[in-house]
Amino acid sequence: MTSHLRIACSRHNLQQVRDFVRGFLTAGHRNEVIVNQVVLAVDEVVANFIIHANGEDANQFLDLMLALTEHRLDIEIEDQGATIFIPSSVAPNPDMREYIRQGRKGGMGMALVARIMDRVEFFERNAHTVCYLSKTLG
Amino acid sequence: MKVTTHTSTDTLTLVLDGELDASSAVVLDAELNKPEILNYRKVLVDCQRLSYISSAGLGVFISHLQRLQDSDVKLVFFNMQEKVFNVFEILGLDSLMHIVPTEQEAQAA
Repeated sequence: MTSHLRIACSRHNLQQVRDFVRGFLTAGHRNEVIVNQVVLAVDEVVANFIIHANGEDANQFLDLMLALTEHRLDIEIEDQGATIFIPSSVAPNPDMREYIRQGRKGGMGMALVARIMDRVEFFERNAHTVCYLSKTLG
Repeated sequence: MKVTTHTSTDTLTLVLDGELDASSAVVLDAELNKPEILNYRKVLVDCQRLSYISSAGLGVFISHLQRLQDSDVKLVFFNMQEKVFNVFEILGLDSLMHIVPTEQEAQAA
């Protein structure tokens, strides 16, 4: 089963992204906690693309593709913008005590993604940045 | 997402309703930025109707927690849905933030 969504780079479209992923997964009556984890991982990557890679330029677009085969979910998020955005670390390990001490507001998104998904990859394809996520679902 | 507030003599309760993401986190941040928040002994966060939280929402709480603690203001979460609590668990925040099951326990904290 596959599904595709294109959104403009506005943070107001994050709700649509989450509803899209939820709708795709809950058709299989899956555990709510697991569904929420996957929704969160996609939300975090998309938010990064929108805010950091594209500066919330609504003239730029992202393409999301979901594919479910057997028990494995594959996700591709392709940035149609011209800026190549590869995070410095796809599996950061933030010290949350230190974050609290410093009063830090950001920098946790990719840590969540890395802990939720089985595979996280960023690569360049046809001068676009692509994020590939994969998770085996129970 | 909506944020409504209830106050008593020494307690501020924030009632969160909806999804807390990079778009709505600014609303919560504005509430926690109000200077009068430091006049309370406790800030309780009612999460019963909080159906989703992303790193942006967590970041708002993380960014204010030390300031509240330095002013002896307790931040206590209650009525959290399992899927939302799980997000705190993934980052280990369940052991760094005060999260209790019920409002009664939050009031007694």
